[in-house]
Amino acid sequence: MPDFLNVSRHLSPEERSVRDNVRAFVDARVLPIIGDHFERGTFPTELVKEIADIGLLGCNLAGYGCAGLSEAGYGVAMQELERGDSGIRSFASVQGSLVMYPIHAFGSEEQKTRYLPEMAKGNIIGCFGLTEPDYGSNPSGMRTVAIDDGDSWVLNGTKRWITNGNLAQVALVWAKVGGIDGDVRGFLVPTDTRGFEARLIHKKMSLRASVTSELILEDVRIPKDAILPNVRGMKGPLSCLTSARFGISWGVIGAMEACFECAVDYAKHRVQFAGKPIASHQLVQAKFAEMLTQITHAQLLVLEVTRVKEEGQLLPAHVSMVKRSNVRSALEIARMCRDILGGNGITLEYPVMRHLCNLETVYTYEGTHDIHTLILGQHVTGIAAYE
Amino acid sequence: MKILVPLKQVADPDNANKIKVTAGKIDTTGLAFKPNPFDEYAVETALRLTENAANTKARLGEVVVVAFGTKDVDVMLRGALATGADRAIRVDATDDALDGDLVARALKAIVEKEAPDLVLLGKQQVEGDSNQVGQLLAEYLGWPQATFAGSIKSEADKALVVSREVDGGTLNLKVTLPAVVSVDLRIVNPHGVKSMHTAAAHAYPEGVRFAALMAIMAAKKKPFAEMKITDLVSDASLKVTYGSAELPPARKAGIKVKTVAELVEKLKTEAKVL
Ligand SMILES: Cc1cc2nc3c(=O)[nH]c(=O)nc-3n(C[C@H](O)[C@H](O)[C@H](O)COP(=O)(O)OP(=O)(O)OC[C@H]3O[C@@H](n4cnc5c(N)ncnc54)[C@H](O)[C@@H]3O)c2cc1C
Ligand SMILES: Cc1cc2nc3c(=O)[nH]c(=O)nc-3n(C[C@H](O)[C@H](O)[C@H](O)COP(=O)(O)OP(=O)(O)OC[C@H]3O[C@@H](n4cnc5c(N)ncnc54)[C@H](O)[C@@H]3O)c2cc1C
Repeated sequence: MPDFLNVSRHLSPEERSVRDNVRAFVDARVLPIIGDHFERGTFPTELVKEIADIGLLGCNLAGYGCAGLSEAGYGVAMQELERGDSGIRSFASVQGSLVMYPIHAFGSEEQKTRYLPEMAKGNIIGCFGLTEPDYGSNPSGMRTVAIDDGDSWVLNGTKRWITNGNLAQVALVWAKVGGIDGDVRGFLVPTDTRGFEARLIHKKMSLRASVTSELILEDVRIPKDAILPNVRGMKGPLSCLTSARFGISWGVIGAMEACFECAVDYAKHRVQFAGKPIASHQLVQAKFAEMLTQITHAQLLVLEVTRVKEEGQLLPAHVSMVKRSNVRSALEIARMCRDILGGNGITLEYPVMRHLCNLETVYTYEGTHDIHTLILGQHVTGIAAYE
Repeated sequence: MKILVPLKQVADPDNANKIKVTAGKIDTTGLAFKPNPFDEYAVETALRLTENAANTKARLGEVVVVAFGTKDVDVMLRGALATGADRAIRVDATDDALDGDLVARALKAIVEKEAPDLVLLGKQQVEGDSNQVGQLLAEYLGWPQATFAGSIKSEADKALVVSREVDGGTLNLKVTLPAVVSVDLRIVNPHGVKSMHTAAAHAYPEGVRFAALMAIMAAKKKPFAEMKITDLVSDASLKVTYGSAELPPARKAGIKVKTVAELVEKLKTEAKVL
């Protein structure tokens, strides 16, 4: 673990235990199988039970069978999962931050007791349906609607790029009430409801060890109490995203580490020219110097954002900065490491190309890099530049 | 059954290439430390012996973990508490003030106080590979011992049938409790431990268990005692003191030969293998 400034001294003994424990799990269970899953394009469902037993699902929530970790504890757990694969971390992010968190924050007591303990155990998997084929960066333009039909809601619309879509027993679908000018509200839709269909998205070159789906809702009729009662408008989905983006900002440090360690090891052993390892060349060392600096920046930034979050002072713009900065660094580091591995770098024998491919998704989902640029631009100037 | 498991923290064996020796002394700065792997197997064995695998949350015995070290070893002890151990004891000490004999004598004092049915240890610690403490402790206690256990079967918690792998096969022996047993890597295979509580056919996942995150937080509340080595022994002097350490000599660069004849010649005259 490159920890140049010994940042881990700022973690409590419990947080370090969480980190080491998830790390041991990833070493023992994820790394031996993940390359094959990536190659086949399958999600390792065989890991779900153990991931749940360890308590990784919704681990920063309190009560309802959740582990109640501190923010930093949650962060290091995501970091270690993503050291394994962004697809595994995405599974946990969606379940915990995008489905369990909004039920915990905005759900009724019945919804909490019905879903949260079972979701923490991994017996119910959730997915989060916000993005639509024509509304990605601008989800507030969504076309999915929920019509009040007396004792039930009737939902129509299409969601796309939905992680866990084909695994899920419950979909948190964001839809506009009454028509396309209505308020955005969240609906907990059991995926076996008539008119609900999840279709796998194929031919992905990124996040291949993760399930990504299109959700088609055609006259999906759900009971009145399936609505999340305590949030209205885009604040609902956006607060979920703030929570998930926070986890991503930690997570990608794990991906950086996996690439960096692999490249350092490779460079020390790979001999080219005059019997010297490539690690002895100045150009290669310059890459390591740059990468170590970027990793250290990323660790310090996310740690400080974590402290701000713990103090209850977190702004969405803070999370935009750390998501944007850390994911960009991770992607740059993965590319540099790929380069250092030469021809071997393009194979699945090493984790680097897999992380590099995955990080292209991480750069785009949860607010694209450029959308976070615009959020920060608006924070500085007071002028929204989206249109 | 009540089981005492001594643990040691060691320099991560994967870091062996980072170890530096200055003036005959091992320089530990910058090394990562982790629990001795064989000791982790001993904790796993103790947990398996004190539970029904169908419900590992209900503990059916007591597991006490003990370590000698500075506050640095607290994380390791808390980790053992998080996986299911009931209590931890840290005996404040630094490695250079300990030898295998003193550790065994201090453990004897703890055993006399705690009165466990079994002391389970890793077969050796991977730093010094001394492989002494278990054997010395059994001798000092006058208890039966079995070393390098590859599997353990409890007979109603009155005796243990221990399999030891030896050259050319396995030796099965029975020790009456209380006893001292040291464990080898194979003990954590899916069928390595048969407790009196778990269905015989049960297969554990390979290796040691992972702590539940919730248990890590809860472990903060488990009993954690601290004591000084002089609370346990009146004479804390060492019988073994370490002299100097040396790294293996750096490998010399090879040579290139031009012809097969030259190669054969060198193998005969220099390597002297032909
Ligand atoms: C593998 C994967 C999993 C996903 N999982 C989920 C999920 O579980 N749930 C969910 O709801 N969504 C999910 N998403 C969707 C993801 O959040 C969207 O892909 C993302 O928000 C971008 O939307 P888009 O793909 O429609 O791109 P677009 O919005 O079409 O953006 C394309 C490009 O245009 C740029 N752009 C857009 N608007 C502007 C502007 N105003 N100014 C300048 N540049 C602009 C963007 O930055 C980007 O570079 C997932 C996506 C992927 C790839
Ligand atoms: C898909 C694919 C198809 C290919 N097809 C062919 C083909 O048809 N025929 C063929 O002959 N070859 C082919 N190649 C091989 C390709 O040309 C080599 O991979 C390339 O030359 C790099 O060599 P390498 O992989 O051994 O990396 P290395 O030489 O080990 O380089 C690894 C890293 O070290 C750096 N490095 C090396 N030396 C130095 C130095 N002195 N100073 C600073 N940095 C240094 C490199 O820039 C790189 O970043 C193919 C490779 C791939 C991936």
